[in-house]
Amino acid sequence: MAHKLPRKSTHIDMTAMCDVAFLLLTFFMLATKFKPDEPVVVKTPSSISDIIMPENSILLTVDSKGKVFFDYDNKKAKKILIEEISKAKGLNLTPEEQASFVNGASFGLPFNQMKAYLDVEPMQQREYAFTGIPIDTSFVAETNELGYWVQAARSAGQTEGHAPRICIKCDGATVYPEVKNVIKTLTRNGIDRFNLLTSLEAIPEGTDAYEENKKAN
Amino acid sequence: MAEIQEKSGGKKGGKKGKKLSTRIDLTPMVDLGFLLITFFIFTTTMAKPKTMEINMPVDEKKVEEKDKNKVKDYTAMTILLSKEHRVYYYTGIADDPMNPPDVKVTYFQNKNGIRDAIIALKKRVYEERNNGAAGHNPKDEPVILIKPAENSEYVDMVNILDEMQINGITTYALIDITEVDKGFISATEAANAGGAQ
Repeated sequence: MAHKLPRKSTHIDMTAMCDVAFLLLTFFMLATKFKPDEPVVVKTPSSISDIIMPENSILLTVDSKGKVFFDYDNKKAKKILIEEISKAKGLNLTPEEQASFVNGASFGLPFNQMKAYLDVEPMQQREYAFTGIPIDTSFVAETNELGYWVQAARSAGQTEGHAPRICIKCDGATVYPEVKNVIKTLTRNGIDRFNLLTSLEAIPEGTDAYEENKKAN
Repeated sequence: MAEIQEKSGGKKGGKKGKKLSTRIDLTPMVDLGFLLITFFIFTTTMAKPKTMEINMPVDEKKVEEKDKNKVKDYTAMTILLSKEHRVYYYTGIADDPMNPPDVKVTYFQNKNGIRDAIIALKKRVYEERNNGAAGHNPKDEPVILIKPAENSEYVDMVNILDEMQINGITTYALIDITEVDKGFISATEAANAGGAQ
Protein backbone atom coordinates (compact mmCIF):
# COMPACT_ATOMS: atom_id res chain seq x y z
CA MET A 1 0.00 0.00 0.00
CA ALA A 2 2.77 2.36 0.82
CA HIS A 3 3.48 3.90 -2.50
CA LYS A 4 7.03 4.43 -3.32
CA LEU A 5 7.65 8.06 -4.06
CA PRO A 6 7.98 8.45 -7.79
CA ARG A 7 11.54 9.09 -8.77
CA LYS A 8 11.90 12.59 -9.99
CA SER A 9 13.98 13.15 -13.02
CA THR A 10 17.19 15.04 -12.37
CA HIS A 11 16.96 16.60 -15.80
CA ILE A 12 16.45 20.33 -15.80
CA ASP A 13 14.89 22.07 -18.71
CA MET A 14 17.81 23.93 -20.26
CA THR A 15 15.76 25.86 -22.80
CA ALA A 16 15.45 28.97 -20.67
CA MET A 17 19.11 28.99 -19.78
CA CYS A 18 20.03 28.54 -23.40
CA ASP A 19 17.84 31.50 -24.29
CA VAL A 20 19.58 33.67 -21.74
CA ALA A 21 23.04 32.59 -22.87
CA PHE A 22 22.37 33.43 -26.47
CA LEU A 23 20.64 36.66 -25.61
CA LEU A 24 23.74 37.76 -23.72
CA LEU A 25 25.93 36.54 -26.54
CA THR A 26 23.99 38.60 -29.06
CA PHE A 27 24.21 41.61 -26.80
CA PHE A 28 27.97 41.35 -26.43
CA MET A 29 28.48 40.81 -30.12
CA LEU A 30 26.50 43.89 -31.04
CA ALA A 31 27.51 46.23 -28.24
CA THR A 32 31.25 45.71 -28.20
CA LYS A 33 34.17 46.15 -30.44
CA PHE A 34 37.32 44.09 -30.71
CA LYS A 35 40.22 45.34 -28.69
CA PRO A 36 42.80 46.90 -30.97
CA ASP A 37 46.12 45.16 -31.05
CA GLU A 38 48.61 47.01 -28.94
CA PRO A 39 52.26 46.93 -29.88
CA VAL A 40 53.46 48.01 -26.46
CA VAL A 41 52.04 48.12 -22.98
CA VAL A 42 51.17 51.68 -22.09
CA LYS A 43 49.94 52.70 -18.67
CA THR A 44 48.13 55.98 -19.06
CA PRO A 45 47.84 58.46 -16.19
CA SER A 46 44.41 59.19 -14.77
CA SER A 47 42.37 62.36 -14.85
CA ILE A 48 38.83 63.41 -13.99
CA SER A 49 38.08 64.16 -17.62
CA ASP A 50 35.35 61.94 -19.08
CA ILE A 51 35.33 63.00 -22.73
CA ILE A 52 34.92 59.88 -24.82
CA MET A 53 37.59 59.22 -27.43
CA PRO A 54 36.21 60.55 -30.72
CA GLU A 55 35.49 58.39 -33.75
CA ASN A 56 37.84 58.51 -36.73
CA SER A 57 40.83 59.40 -34.69
CA ILE A 58 44.52 59.08 -35.26
CA LEU A 59 46.06 57.37 -32.27
CA LEU A 60 49.69 58.10 -31.44
CA THR A 61 50.92 55.66 -28.85
CA VAL A 62 54.06 56.69 -26.98
CA ASP A 63 55.71 54.09 -24.78
CA SER A 64 57.79 54.76 -21.69
CA LYS A 65 60.99 54.93 -23.79
CA GLY A 66 59.48 57.51 -26.10
CA LYS A 67 58.90 55.25 -29.12
CA VAL A 68 55.98 56.50 -31.16
CA PHE A 69 53.43 54.28 -32.90
CA PHE A 70 50.83 55.35 -35.39
CA ASP A 71 47.32 54.01 -35.80
CA TYR A 72 44.18 55.26 -37.46
CA ASP A 73 40.79 53.72 -36.79
CA ASN A 74 39.30 54.59 -40.18
CA LYS A 75 40.19 51.76 -42.55
CA LYS A 76 39.09 53.54 -45.72
CA ALA A 77 41.23 56.54 -44.91
CA LYS A 78 44.07 54.24 -43.93
CA LYS A 79 43.95 52.70 -47.39
CA ILE A 80 44.12 56.11 -49.06
CA LEU A 81 46.95 56.99 -46.70
CA ILE A 82 49.11 53.97 -47.50
CA GLU A 83 48.64 54.45 -51.25
CA GLU A 84 49.74 58.03 -50.83
CA ILE A 85 52.78 57.12 -48.71
CA SER A 86 53.79 54.31 -51.05
CA LYS A 87 53.81 56.79 -53.91
CA ALA A 88 55.35 59.76 -52.12
CA LYS A 89 58.12 57.83 -50.41
CA GLY A 90 58.82 55.55 -53.39
CA LEU A 91 58.24 52.37 -51.39
CA ASN A 92 56.51 50.45 -54.23
CA LEU A 93 54.27 48.53 -51.86
CA THR A 94 52.33 45.67 -53.42
CA PRO A 95 48.54 45.50 -52.87
CA GLU A 96 49.14 42.69 -50.35
CA GLU A 97 51.56 44.82 -48.37
CA GLN A 98 49.12 47.69 -48.41
CA ALA A 99 46.35 45.42 -47.15
CA SER A 100 48.67 44.20 -44.42
CA PHE A 101 49.11 47.80 -43.30
CA VAL A 102 45.39 48.60 -43.44
CA ASN A 103 44.41 45.55 -41.39
CA GLY A 104 47.46 45.60 -39.17
CA ALA A 105 47.99 47.05 -35.75
CA SER A 106 49.85 50.22 -34.78
CA PHE A 107 52.88 50.93 -36.89
CA GLY A 108 56.13 52.11 -35.33
CA LEU A 109 59.05 51.99 -37.74
CA PRO A 110 60.86 54.36 -40.08
CA PHE A 111 59.68 54.42 -43.70
CA ASN A 112 62.76 52.57 -44.94
CA GLN A 113 61.86 49.49 -42.88
CA MET A 114 58.20 49.56 -43.79
CA LYS A 115 58.29 47.19 -46.74
CA ALA A 116 60.24 44.55 -44.85
CA TYR A 117 57.85 44.75 -41.94
CA LEU A 118 54.72 44.47 -44.06
CA ASP A 119 56.08 41.33 -45.75
CA VAL A 120 56.15 39.50 -42.43
CA GLU A 121 53.20 37.29 -41.51
CA PRO A 122 50.65 39.17 -39.36
CA MET A 123 51.21 36.87 -36.39
CA GLN A 124 54.93 37.56 -36.42
CA GLN A 125 54.52 41.30 -36.91
CA ARG A 126 53.93 41.87 -33.23
CA GLU A 127 57.31 40.39 -32.38
CA TYR A 128 59.06 42.76 -34.75
CA ALA A 129 61.70 44.96 -33.16
CA PHE A 130 59.91 48.30 -33.28
CA THR A 131 62.06 51.36 -33.09
CA GLY A 132 59.25 53.90 -33.22
CA ILE A 133 58.51 56.50 -35.86
CA PRO A 134 61.50 58.85 -36.01
CA ILE A 135 60.98 62.41 -34.85
CA ASP A 136 63.36 64.97 -36.19
CA THR A 137 63.73 68.06 -34.07
CA SER A 138 63.45 70.38 -37.06
CA PHE A 139 59.73 69.45 -36.92
CA VAL A 140 59.05 69.97 -40.61
CA ALA A 141 57.09 67.24 -42.35
CA GLU A 142 59.88 66.60 -44.90
CA THR A 143 62.35 65.27 -42.39
CA ASN A 144 60.19 64.59 -39.35
CA GLU A 145 58.53 61.31 -40.23
CA LEU A 146 55.88 61.62 -37.53
CA GLY A 147 54.98 65.03 -38.90
CA TYR A 148 54.64 63.50 -42.35
CA TRP A 149 52.42 60.70 -41.01
CA VAL A 150 50.11 63.12 -39.28
CA GLN A 151 49.89 65.46 -42.25
CA ALA A 152 49.29 62.63 -44.72
CA ALA A 153 46.73 60.98 -42.46
CA ARG A 154 44.82 64.22 -42.08
CA SER A 155 44.63 64.81 -45.79
CA ALA A 156 43.65 61.17 -46.34
CA GLY A 157 40.91 61.63 -43.76
CA GLN A 158 39.66 64.73 -45.50
CA THR A 159 39.63 62.91 -48.85
CA GLU A 160 37.63 60.13 -47.25
CA GLY A 161 35.20 62.62 -45.74
CA HIS A 162 35.93 62.48 -42.00
CA ALA A 163 38.54 64.89 -40.72
CA PRO A 164 40.41 62.99 -38.01
CA ARG A 165 41.08 64.12 -34.48
CA ILE A 166 44.42 63.31 -32.95
CA CYS A 167 44.72 61.38 -29.71
CA ILE A 168 47.92 60.74 -27.82
CA LYS A 169 48.18 57.68 -25.64
CA CYS A 170 51.32 58.08 -23.65
CA ASP A 171 52.84 56.16 -20.78
CA GLY A 172 52.89 58.05 -17.49
CA ALA A 173 56.59 57.37 -16.97
CA THR A 174 57.72 58.89 -20.27
CA VAL A 175 60.10 61.78 -19.68
CA TYR A 176 58.75 65.15 -20.70
CA PRO A 177 61.19 65.99 -23.55
CA GLU A 178 59.92 62.94 -25.49
CA VAL A 179 56.34 64.06 -24.98
CA LYS A 180 57.28 67.60 -25.91
CA ASN A 181 58.76 66.41 -29.22
CA VAL A 182 55.50 64.70 -30.11
CA ILE A 183 53.42 67.71 -29.09
CA LYS A 184 55.76 70.10 -30.91
CA THR A 185 55.49 67.98 -34.04
CA LEU A 186 51.74 68.45 -33.89
CA THR A 187 51.74 72.17 -33.13
CA ARG A 188 54.33 72.90 -35.81
CA ASN A 189 52.10 71.11 -38.28
CA GLY A 190 49.16 73.30 -37.36
CA ILE A 191 47.41 71.01 -34.87
CA ASP A 192 46.76 72.91 -31.67
CA ARG A 193 43.88 70.86 -30.32
CA PHE A 194 44.17 67.23 -29.54
CA ASN A 195 43.16 64.68 -26.94
CA LEU A 196 45.23 62.85 -24.37
CA LEU A 197 44.05 59.40 -23.40
CA THR A 198 43.66 59.07 -19.67
CA SER A 199 41.95 56.62 -17.40
CA LEU A 200 39.10 57.93 -15.35
CA GLU A 201 39.46 58.84 -11.69
CA ALA A 202 36.98 60.21 -9.19
CA ILE A 203 36.69 63.95 -8.72
CA PRO A 204 38.16 64.92 -5.33
CA GLU A 205 35.55 66.20 -2.90
CA GLY A 206 35.27 69.84 -2.04
CA THR A 207 36.86 71.16 -5.24
CA ASP A 208 35.27 73.41 -7.83
CA ALA A 209 34.84 70.58 -10.30
CA TYR A 210 33.14 68.49 -7.60
CA GLU A 211 30.62 71.23 -6.85
CA GLU A 212 29.97 71.75 -10.54
CA ASN A 213 29.40 68.06 -11.07
CA LYS A 214 26.98 67.92 -8.14
CA LYS A 215 25.02 70.83 -9.57
CA ALA A 216 24.84 69.20 -12.99
CA ASN A 217 23.39 66.01 -11.58
CA MET B 1 4.86 22.58 -22.15
CA ALA B 2 4.53 20.23 -24.99
CA GLU B 3 6.39 17.37 -23.52
CA ILE B 4 5.90 13.84 -24.54
CA GLN B 5 6.32 11.38 -21.78
CA GLU B 6 8.68 8.60 -22.28
CA LYS B 7 7.41 5.05 -22.09
CA SER B 8 3.81 6.11 -22.52
CA GLY B 9 2.97 3.44 -24.99
CA GLY B 10 3.60 0.56 -22.62
CA LYS B 11 0.03 -0.51 -21.91
CA LYS B 12 -1.35 -0.58 -25.36
CA GLY B 13 1.25 -3.09 -26.10
CA GLY B 14 0.53 -3.18 -29.81
CA LYS B 15 3.05 -3.04 -32.55
CA LYS B 16 3.22 0.70 -32.52
CA GLY B 17 6.83 1.80 -32.46
CA LYS B 18 8.02 3.54 -29.35
CA LYS B 19 7.40 7.24 -29.47
CA LEU B 20 10.74 8.93 -29.24
CA SER B 21 11.09 11.94 -27.01
CA THR B 22 11.43 15.22 -28.84
CA ARG B 23 13.22 16.70 -25.91
CA ILE B 24 16.77 17.58 -26.70
CA ASP B 25 19.37 17.96 -24.06
CA LEU B 26 20.33 21.60 -24.34
CA THR B 27 23.22 21.47 -21.89
CA PRO B 28 25.99 21.42 -24.53
CA MET B 29 24.33 24.29 -26.31
CA VAL B 30 24.26 26.33 -23.11
CA ASP B 31 27.89 25.46 -22.58
CA LEU B 32 28.71 26.69 -26.05
CA GLY B 33 26.72 29.87 -25.50
CA PHE B 34 28.55 30.75 -22.34
CA LEU B 35 31.88 29.85 -23.84
CA LEU B 36 31.27 32.33 -26.64
CA ILE B 37 30.13 34.97 -24.17
CA THR B 38 33.34 34.53 -22.21
CA PHE B 39 35.33 34.84 -25.41
CA PHE B 40 33.59 38.06 -26.36
CA ILE B 41 33.99 39.54 -22.92
CA PHE B 42 37.73 38.94 -23.00
CA THR B 43 38.48 40.06 -26.52
CA THR B 44 36.32 43.11 -26.87
CA THR B 45 36.13 46.52 -25.34
CA MET B 46 32.89 47.88 -24.09
CA ALA B 47 33.59 51.49 -23.38
CA LYS B 48 35.67 53.74 -25.55
CA PRO B 49 38.67 55.14 -23.71
CA LYS B 50 38.29 58.45 -21.98
CA THR B 51 40.33 61.41 -23.07
CA MET B 52 41.22 64.87 -21.93
CA GLU B 53 41.25 67.73 -24.40
CA ILE B 54 44.18 70.05 -24.61
CA ASN B 55 44.63 73.24 -26.58
CA MET B 56 48.14 74.42 -27.18
CA PRO B 57 49.13 78.06 -27.68
CA VAL B 58 48.91 78.72 -31.43
CA ASP B 59 52.21 80.14 -32.52
CA GLU B 60 54.79 80.18 -29.84
CA LYS B 61 56.88 83.12 -30.98
CA LYS B 62 54.27 85.67 -31.95
CA VAL B 63 51.50 85.16 -29.46
CA GLU B 64 53.50 84.47 -26.39
CA GLU B 65 55.07 87.91 -26.17
CA LYS B 66 51.71 89.57 -26.56
CA ASP B 67 50.09 87.31 -23.99
CA LYS B 68 52.86 87.86 -21.50
CA ASN B 69 52.07 91.54 -21.47
CA LYS B 70 48.42 90.83 -20.97
CA VAL B 71 48.92 88.68 -17.91
CA LYS B 72 48.56 90.83 -14.85
CA ASP B 73 51.06 90.37 -12.12
CA TYR B 74 48.53 89.64 -9.39
CA THR B 75 46.68 86.98 -11.40
CA ALA B 76 49.72 85.06 -12.58
CA MET B 77 51.17 81.88 -11.20
CA THR B 78 53.94 79.80 -12.68
CA ILE B 79 54.14 76.10 -11.99
CA LEU B 80 57.39 74.29 -12.70
CA LEU B 81 57.35 70.51 -12.85
CA SER B 82 60.55 68.80 -11.90
CA LYS B 83 62.04 65.42 -11.07
CA GLU B 84 60.49 62.96 -8.60
CA HIS B 85 57.09 64.54 -9.19
CA ARG B 86 58.12 67.72 -7.43
CA VAL B 87 56.18 70.87 -8.17
CA TYR B 88 57.72 74.31 -7.80
CA TYR B 89 55.47 77.32 -7.99
CA TYR B 90 55.54 81.06 -7.54
CA THR B 91 53.04 83.81 -8.04
CA GLY B 92 53.56 86.89 -10.14
CA ILE B 93 55.29 87.26 -13.47
CA ALA B 94 58.81 87.43 -12.03
CA ASP B 95 60.15 89.67 -14.79
CA ASP B 96 62.34 91.65 -12.43
CA PRO B 97 65.71 89.93 -12.03
CA MET B 98 66.53 92.06 -9.00
CA ASN B 99 63.52 90.82 -7.14
CA PRO B 100 63.26 87.05 -7.57
CA PRO B 101 59.94 85.44 -6.65
CA ASP B 102 59.39 83.32 -3.59
CA VAL B 103 59.56 79.83 -5.10
CA LYS B 104 57.89 77.11 -3.07
CA VAL B 105 58.08 73.38 -3.55
CA THR B 106 55.27 70.91 -3.09
CA TYR B 107 53.84 67.67 -4.49
CA PHE B 108 50.67 66.35 -6.03
CA GLN B 109 48.66 65.43 -2.98
CA ASN B 110 45.21 66.03 -1.67
CA LYS B 111 46.20 68.04 1.40
CA ASN B 112 48.74 70.88 1.35
CA GLY B 113 49.71 70.05 -2.20
CA ILE B 114 49.65 72.10 -5.34
CA ARG B 115 45.84 72.03 -5.27
CA ASP B 116 45.71 74.18 -2.14
CA ALA B 117 48.08 76.67 -3.74
CA ILE B 118 45.85 76.92 -6.79
CA ILE B 119 42.72 77.31 -4.68
CA ALA B 120 44.45 80.04 -2.65
CA LEU B 121 45.46 81.85 -5.84
CA LYS B 122 41.95 81.70 -7.21
CA LYS B 123 40.48 82.97 -3.96
CA ARG B 124 42.97 85.82 -3.77
CA VAL B 125 42.40 86.86 -7.38
CA TYR B 126 38.63 86.83 -6.89
CA GLU B 127 38.97 89.04 -3.83
CA GLU B 128 41.47 91.44 -5.28
CA ARG B 129 39.92 91.94 -8.71
CA ASN B 130 37.05 93.93 -7.23
CA ASN B 131 39.14 96.22 -5.05
CA GLY B 132 39.46 98.89 -7.72
CA ALA B 133 43.25 99.03 -7.71
CA ALA B 134 44.96 100.18 -10.90
CA GLY B 135 44.76 97.47 -13.55
CA HIS B 136 42.35 95.33 -11.59
CA ASN B 137 39.30 94.37 -13.56
CA PRO B 138 36.32 92.44 -12.12
CA LYS B 139 36.61 90.10 -15.10
CA ASP B 140 40.15 89.02 -14.30
CA GLU B 141 40.76 85.31 -13.99
CA PRO B 142 43.78 83.56 -12.50
CA VAL B 143 46.35 82.70 -15.15
CA ILE B 144 48.62 79.72 -14.73
CA LEU B 145 51.72 79.04 -16.77
CA ILE B 146 52.81 75.42 -16.71
CA LYS B 147 56.44 74.74 -17.49
CA PRO B 148 57.55 71.13 -17.27
CA ALA B 149 61.31 70.70 -16.85
CA GLU B 150 63.27 68.11 -18.83
CA ASN B 151 63.36 65.67 -15.94
CA SER B 152 59.63 65.67 -15.30
CA GLU B 153 57.40 62.88 -16.54
CA TYR B 154 54.28 62.78 -18.64
CA VAL B 155 52.21 61.81 -15.61
CA ASP B 156 53.14 65.13 -13.99
CA MET B 157 51.92 67.03 -17.02
CA VAL B 158 48.60 65.19 -17.03
CA ASN B 159 48.24 65.66 -13.28
CA ILE B 160 48.75 69.40 -13.47
CA LEU B 161 46.37 69.74 -16.42
CA ASP B 162 43.91 67.73 -14.38
CA GLU B 163 44.35 70.13 -11.45
CA MET B 164 43.38 72.96 -13.79
CA GLN B 165 40.15 71.18 -14.51
CA ILE B 166 39.56 70.16 -10.91
CA ASN B 167 39.96 73.72 -9.71
CA GLY B 168 38.11 75.37 -12.56
CA ILE B 169 41.07 77.34 -13.91
CA THR B 170 40.12 78.44 -17.41
CA THR B 171 43.26 80.29 -18.44
CA TYR B 172 46.40 78.24 -18.51
CA ALA B 173 49.12 77.42 -20.96
CA LEU B 174 51.64 74.67 -21.32
CA ILE B 175 54.90 76.28 -22.37
CA ASP B 176 58.61 75.57 -22.48
CA ILE B 177 60.71 76.10 -19.43
CA THR B 178 63.19 78.99 -19.53
CA GLU B 179 66.73 79.16 -18.20
CA VAL B 180 65.52 81.63 -15.58
CA ASP B 181 63.00 79.13 -14.28
CA LYS B 182 65.58 76.38 -14.23
CA GLY B 183 67.68 78.72 -12.10
CA PHE B 184 64.76 79.10 -9.68
CA ILE B 185 64.50 75.34 -9.32
CA SER B 186 68.18 74.80 -8.61
CA ALA B 187 68.28 77.77 -6.23
CA THR B 188 65.32 76.40 -4.28
CA GLU B 189 66.83 72.94 -4.25
CA ALA B 190 70.13 74.33 -2.94
CA ALA B 191 68.34 76.35 -0.27
CA ASN B 192 66.34 73.33 0.88
CA ALA B 193 69.41 71.11 0.97
CA GLY B 194 71.20 73.72 3.06
CA GLY B 195 68.27 73.97 5.45
CA ALA B 196 68.19 70.24 5.98
CA GLN B 197 71.80 69.97 7.05
